[in-house]
Amino acid sequence: MNSKEMTRPRRKQPPRVGDHPAFRRSLLAVVILITLLMVVAPLLVIGVQAFSLGIGYFGETIANSDTRHAILLTALTALIAVPINTVFGIAAAWAITKFDFPGRRFLLVVIEIPFSISPIVAGVSYLFVYGLQGLFGDMLQSADVKILFALPGIVLASLFVTAPFVARELIPLMQAQGRDLEEAATSLGASGWRTFFSVTLPNIKWAMLYGIVLCNARVMGEFGAVSVVSGNIRGQTNTLPLHIELLYHDYNTVGAFAAASILALLAVVTLIAKVALERRGAGRRPTLAAPAPQTEI
Amino acid sequence: MKISLHNVVKTFDTFRAVHGISLEVESGELVALLGPSGSGKTTILRMVAGLEFADGGNIYFGAEDATDIAVRDRGVGFVFQHYALFPHMTIGENIAFGMKVSKVKREKSAIATRVTELLRLVQLDGLQDRFPAQISGGQRQRVALARALAVDPKVLLLDEPFGALDANVRRDLRRWLRQIHDELGITTLFVTHDQEEALDLADRVVILDKGRIVQNGTPEDVCRNPANAFVMNFLGDANRLPATIQAGTAHVEGVPFQAPDMVDGKGELFFRPTDIDWREQGEGIPATILRVIDRPDNRRVLARTDGGHAVEFDAPPEFSHGIGAAGHLAIQRARVFAAP
Repeated sequence: MNSKEMTRPRRKQPPRVGDHPAFRRSLLAVVILITLLMVVAPLLVIGVQAFSLGIGYFGETIANSDTRHAILLTALTALIAVPINTVFGIAAAWAITKFDFPGRRFLLVVIEIPFSISPIVAGVSYLFVYGLQGLFGDMLQSADVKILFALPGIVLASLFVTAPFVARELIPLMQAQGRDLEEAATSLGASGWRTFFSVTLPNIKWAMLYGIVLCNARVMGEFGAVSVVSGNIRGQTNTLPLHIELLYHDYNTVGAFAAASILALLAVVTLIAKVALERRGAGRRPTLAAPAPQTEI
Repeated sequence: MKISLHNVVKTFDTFRAVHGISLEVESGELVALLGPSGSGKTTILRMVAGLEFADGGNIYFGAEDATDIAVRDRGVGFVFQHYALFPHMTIGENIAFGMKVSKVKREKSAIATRVTELLRLVQLDGLQDRFPAQISGGQRQRVALARALAVDPKVLLLDEPFGALDANVRRDLRRWLRQIHDELGITTLFVTHDQEEALDLADRVVILDKGRIVQNGTPEDVCRNPANAFVMNFLGDANRLPATIQAGTAHVEGVPFQAPDMVDGKGELFFRPTDIDWREQGEGIPATILRVIDRPDNRRVLARTDGGHAVEFDAPPEFSHGIGAAGHLAIQRARVFAAP
């Protein structure tokens, strides 16, 4: 079909939605406009604002001890939470796809809960469980274990929010692969570990990395759940997203944007890694009734 | 290595897949487990392999009770229907896998020599650096066989080995498998739902229905003396007509058939489409032709007896009667079974 000659849909052909050039153009215009306004513009503003007082001030903000601490704390949280959730994700996917047990479907749904629940709910519920007035409050205090308003709380909240990321990438893949490969390996005399490392893992590694990349991005960017349990103590329990908010409330707009630019940079790196992994075939498999990942508050 | 099953039972949740099977596979024998889907044949094979554990009964390898030995230590070679080749390893690495993970340590060079040897055995010389995705289905199944043979298994177990291949490849591969078996003399048990495959390949055919053995015999036995209506039906096209048995004779639409030692009452007459002669007059069950289907080597005639039952039979290409022609069906080699 030559679109230039087509000023209107030809009557002889069944009209298709969007065939009319006016419709096509206006739809494109609307989509591009919204993307520019809602995605590109804010990102540009971050970049421009971060450097609005010059690169020196940018460097100063980043070098500020509180900001540095926030960056380190965020990195530390990710270093703890991501591996734990990776192991959890592999274990969960393995259990769900390779074993039959009662409650399998229920487990599948439960794993996905963090996707559909607002992170702040997770944060508040941790308050009730580990807080001073909470379930284990007295016990924890007498044992002198500090969970809330400290690193363990931040890690726990992050773990909750990102629990499904790796599992959700692996489950459909491992379901499609079935049990044949593992059975073949054991029938050839391989031990359980050997089977896992030389047969299972190589076949899920790209999907797993994909899950890890998404999980990491989410851990580093998590705000809602962490803000409830961390207590926002500057230089102690402030993660990068919390620190950005704090700077902003201090009327330090440039500082806030400078810190935000680090998170934005992380987003770009994540995006590149995601595209690279998708080229490897990861992350494009049909997901099991997966709700769209929720956007952060 | 001889395999013996004694009263083996397997139940999945509430479904009893295998009802107390007893079976012997002699050393060096090639035996087919034949049955429709759901007959328990794959479950039996997987229990012999150790991929499933029996809920009751015992499985012996030679004199050793192997019932509770895990698949890893059972020393079986298992070939999967969908090959189950490791997609991230080359053909050579796939074949070498069992030798590498074995408790028996082997020299690298010894493994390489064995891989080359096995590749020659399965006629895939020179393909060892390809990946499974780069070779055809028939080649993949041969690699799977080589991989299973690499660890010198005591018995070879194949689960629908040719099920995923097209007809021509399938025929070639099964002749070839028979050759390999004759060459190596390894005790082999394979599962199939294709009666042609079982009859073509096996020394002995074990026919299963609903988790029970219904007949166990040589291909000649099961073809010439089917044990019951199920075997008769399952092994090939069969016609069925209701009969009344009285004093050793089955009466079908007024025509008598021998039914020695049968209890009086309702019965069924079974016969193959090739065992009918069409006669314009004379003895036989009166019938009318409904349709004639042409095939490369004969004509398949669909007829209806005057009693209202459909019958199909094969006639030579010269058969010239058309739709509506009336005549008589002269049936040879008919078998009478008691009605279910």
